[in-house]
Amino acid sequence: MRLPGSLAGAMATIRIPPVLRASVGGERELNAEGSNVGEVLRALADAHPATAQQIFGADGDLNRYVNVYLNDEDVRVLDGLDTPVAERDSLVILPAMAGGAEG
Amino acid sequence: MARHTPLYFLKHGTRRRGGLRPVSPSGAEYVRQIKSQIDEVDPSEVRELADEGVAIVDVREAEEFAAGHLPGAVHVPRSYLESRIDAAVPDRSQRVILYCASGNRSALGAHTLEHELGFQHVESMTGGYTLWKDRGYPVEVPRQFTPEQRARYSRHFLLPEIGTEGQQKLLDAKVLLLGAGGLGSPTALYLAAAGVDDDVVDVSNLQRQVIHTTDRVGVPKVDSAEEAIHALNPDVEVVKYHTRLDASNIMEILDGYDIVVDGVDNFPTRYLLNDASVRLRIPVVSAAILGFEGQLSVFAPYEGPCYRCLFRQPPPAELAPSCGANGVLGVLPGTMGLLQATEVVKLITGAGEPLIGRLLMYDALSATTTELKVRRDPECPICSREPDAIADDEMGVFPDYEAFCAAAG
Repeated sequence: MRLPGSLAGAMATIRIPPVLRASVGGERELNAEGSNVGEVLRALADAHPATAQQIFGADGDLNRYVNVYLNDEDVRVLDGLDTPVAERDSLVILPAMAGGAEG
Repeated sequence: MARHTPLYFLKHGTRRRGGLRPVSPSGAEYVRQIKSQIDEVDPSEVRELADEGVAIVDVREAEEFAAGHLPGAVHVPRSYLESRIDAAVPDRSQRVILYCASGNRSALGAHTLEHELGFQHVESMTGGYTLWKDRGYPVEVPRQFTPEQRARYSRHFLLPEIGTEGQQKLLDAKVLLLGAGGLGSPTALYLAAAGVDDDVVDVSNLQRQVIHTTDRVGVPKVDSAEEAIHALNPDVEVVKYHTRLDASNIMEILDGYDIVVDGVDNFPTRYLLNDASVRLRIPVVSAAILGFEGQLSVFAPYEGPCYRCLFRQPPPAELAPSCGANGVLGVLPGTMGLLQATEVVKLITGAGEPLIGRLLMYDALSATTTELKVRRDPECPICSREPDAIADDEMGVFPDYEAFCAAAG
């Protein structure tokens, strides 16, 4: 029986936005394990330390300029970093982009 | 009710061998006969039904409809009734009222709908448009399309979702395009092709602009864009702003537009635009591009989230590379710009489901799209408040604004 909060962790897919790709060796998508959103993102940050300060603020919460979606829902309207993650869930990291006219 | 009552005529003074035999009725007699087989409704009753979910169908010819019609009527000429009625009235149990000029063609049409196509609740308006107008009831007089316009927009007229009414809205719409660069160029061209009036603001140095041509190198961008737009469609009025948007001029520039298309390249302007558009309740069709990826969403103030609901604050400058620093696929602004143009046409005509409360991500390399939900933030610093409560000096400001702009140079 799997106990809430003590899962060995589900394997989730994380979509890496263009601005973070340099920090993960150019990968566009990575897999990371964790029982909730925070654990999955921590696993990513442990594997690729350069992403840590871009995703997490000093308080350990998500940076205000980064949105994270579990499948298609903003984790801020779920349980934030505590939102449970199931096997084969997809996380999307979405920082604001401003590219437009100038290009 | 008998469907075909045989009628017998005997012409005076005509001797017929074999006695009486059926003679074809006169046209007027036939119409009278049809009218006895359908339900008719007086204009006064139709007037009461204006907002009651009744489909009012004008079966006259295009030029009659164009000269004026009942408000809210859909146009299905009697000659196309059978083939086009389903697009106009998909539900056969819906109450349908047909009218023409005097009540004859609509009677014939009502007969067809009821007896041949199985519509359950069909009526013909007695006296038609003529009686309606004589009684002084309200009429809608649509824009008259010139023969040239009829030809130019004929493919739009054929789409039930757009039609002459939607095309009229497109011609009446005022859209402000911010940035005539990568994103703005295709948007401007296609909206101009659709007859939408647009403006081109010169906000930055522009590249990859399909709206410009080699022989216009050195011509100011807004002038070059105007030339291209007029060459494509002289219907379109172009108002040019040779200026940079800032807090002192944005309210004045945006005021009076139906839609703003955001293709600007920097965060301060995006936030400024968001805040001003919320205050003026103008929807913004927004796109951003970087590398091989694009984002698209529609921010409709107070109906859906605003840009600040999505991104409370911009990333620090080192995490917000420009396309100039990071590169962008040349066709990507075309793809995203035309998705913007599509959303603009939908908003103007009311067709389909606009991309409000949703963010579309397009990844050109993997040829995939992802849709994310965007919710209104009840604590949004801007759109959680009434427009009047938002002050001039709050617009475009975000935490660490000074540091951001200093770092961005």
